[in-house]
Amino acid sequence: MKLEKKDLLGLRDLSRDEIDLILNTALPMKDLIKRDIKKAPALRGKALATVFYENSTRTRTSFEIAGKYLSADTVNLAVSTSSVQKGESMKDTIKTIEAMGFDVMVMRHSMSGTAHYVGRNTKMRVINAGDGTNEHPTQALLDMLSIKEHKGGLEGLKVVIVGDILHSRVARSNIYGLSKYGCEIRIVGPATLIPAEMDKMGVSVHYDLASALKGADVVNVLRIQRERQHGGYFPSLEEYANLYMLGPELLDKASDDVLVLHPGPMNRGVEISSDLAESDSALVNEQVTNGVAVRMALLFLMMGGNRDEISY
Amino acid sequence: MKYLIKSGNVIDPINNINTVMDILIEDGKIQNVDENIYTKDCIIINAAGKYVCPGFIDMHVHLREPGFEYKEDIASGTRAAAAGGFTTVCCMPNTKPVIDNAAVATFVRERASRSGVVNVLPIGSITTGQAGKELSPMAELKAAGCIGVSDDGVPVSDSSVMRHAMEYAKMFQLPVISHCEEKSLSREGQMHEGYYSTVYGLKGIPSLAEEIMVARDVMLSEYTGSHIHICHISTAGSVEIIRQAKKKGIRVSCEATPHHLALTDEMLGDYDADTKVNPPLRSRQDVDALRAGLSDGTIDCIVTDHAPHHKESKDCEFEVASFGISGLETAVAVIMDQLVRPGILDMEYMVELFTSRPANLLGIPKGSMGIGCEADITIIDPELKKTVNPQSFFSKGKNTPFKGWELCGWPVATMVGGRLVAEDGKVNG
Repeated sequence: MKLEKKDLLGLRDLSRDEIDLILNTALPMKDLIKRDIKKAPALRGKALATVFYENSTRTRTSFEIAGKYLSADTVNLAVSTSSVQKGESMKDTIKTIEAMGFDVMVMRHSMSGTAHYVGRNTKMRVINAGDGTNEHPTQALLDMLSIKEHKGGLEGLKVVIVGDILHSRVARSNIYGLSKYGCEIRIVGPATLIPAEMDKMGVSVHYDLASALKGADVVNVLRIQRERQHGGYFPSLEEYANLYMLGPELLDKASDDVLVLHPGPMNRGVEISSDLAESDSALVNEQVTNGVAVRMALLFLMMGGNRDEISY
Repeated sequence: MKYLIKSGNVIDPINNINTVMDILIEDGKIQNVDENIYTKDCIIINAAGKYVCPGFIDMHVHLREPGFEYKEDIASGTRAAAAGGFTTVCCMPNTKPVIDNAAVATFVRERASRSGVVNVLPIGSITTGQAGKELSPMAELKAAGCIGVSDDGVPVSDSSVMRHAMEYAKMFQLPVISHCEEKSLSREGQMHEGYYSTVYGLKGIPSLAEEIMVARDVMLSEYTGSHIHICHISTAGSVEIIRQAKKKGIRVSCEATPHHLALTDEMLGDYDADTKVNPPLRSRQDVDALRAGLSDGTIDCIVTDHAPHHKESKDCEFEVASFGISGLETAVAVIMDQLVRPGILDMEYMVELFTSRPANLLGIPKGSMGIGCEADITIIDPELKKTVNPQSFFSKGKNTPFKGWELCGWPVATMVGGRLVAEDGKVNG
């Protein structure tokens, strides 16, 4: 089986089979990362461009090293310092990158839907590494892989997502992905940061974190951006922390083997307490490793051949 | 040139005609409307199986000239109007410079008489430079041919300025045409706020941003006794506010566009900027409410809000793209296909909404095919099927969400003052 769609734009339009394929392909990739010699020839002769219009260290590095472990040539375009500054249109930038012969382009952009626009305008296969407040599919895939490894599966889990849901592409991708496995998804945050008609997405909406945590199997804690305070969404970080910071006491309400996820970078003392961040429940660093594995799987499936071909 | 339009189904709501008739046109005027007219030395237009209507009026278009000729000019915009079945268009003042004095209004009218092919009636601005602060010289604008005042594109945020504008405009029987948008609620918004903005992750423009201003303007109209005309209403709440206002006898009228009557916010999922428009495409419930408002008379007329844009400002990232739809060349076909054919809107009433109703509310002698009237005529073939191809538009603006749609029911001939300006998709002159 292969990924038939030209581009990986989000989990909204991915089937459960396709998600399974990616997650199952990621497992052997994870083994490779742990080896002494971290190199497989699968993508030799293929070229990958990472084009980030928004700051990111971990996602970009993660894609880059994922490509390198599989022997692809990876190039990182620093768009903020190149032609964009000269007023070049997105379309022209994409055509230029395409003309250099890249097979896959990984793109991050501050505006929702930009990966879709780019995908329509290039022959390269496009992977969305985060578009505005829409989706961040590889983050959700790595979250799902982390959950799956610890829980043995995804089916029917109770998942709490807490924080700035309105502006969170991580939340959206997680909702789309986990819904396909019948998870019970509880959305928690201040009313000002919950988007319109969220309940119609098949999730429940809560303003009180303690009650929402009851019996939860997974808590995904979102990063709160300091500038939202100035946008008038909440009065102060202190008040936010008082209401929504996840710490060990609150976590007692959840199930005994609850997992805590955070897409990073963490604001300790704002959305997550320092001691919880360092506890065994928090998978933060494992998520990073799984991020590389998931991205290797995607690159392999989009630039390489069949899943059966992996045999190291 | 003498024309005889033969055997068409003549629909002329003002004169209570909806039957097969012939129409004789001479010297630019309607000479006769009767069964079986026979005359010599004239060009015969066979209209059998077609509707022959008074020339359609679009009281809300952006012709972009002067100042933005790269988007549209009066020559291309009026050709688009002719091809789309419109004989009269009212152009909005958000040009550069703004139509806020007699010189610019006169320029527009002179350009229209020289390079245009349909009637162009300018709308002056409410405030100078559309800045929302000082009143435009409305007496001067009226004398220069403006038929209303509007700051369309930007709302008059200051309620005191709006109040004075309405009081002042009343002296000259100028309708105040209001773009209703509370900017503090719509700022940075990309699409209708609702389920689909949540799903697509785009910043929402709540219905409230429109409705708060509609409510304010209705209250100002009640207080001042002035005629307020609300632009492009798009929400169920706006329809209801205006319905109640009309019941109370407040002098409010309003318009709706084909795109708000036919499309919903669901279609933004591809992030195609041709679906980006202000006010945004709304929810299914809003579309249903607009249709109900159209049928019960709450909505007075259909307008295009024709907003042509240059390719570069649409072929780009969704959030940087301009708002607007190039609507003149699809409006009639969209209404025919989406509302008339399915039986949502009666054909005769549809003609009224495009002709006598806007003429009436603007106080212009149009929208009738009575004997002696200017021969402005639109002929529609209800059975003609065509696929919308923006590349063949006469408008410079190719930005339409209807691209690729096969629509049934198209305007096939447009006559302005006895001149056949468009025929079978071609524009003469």
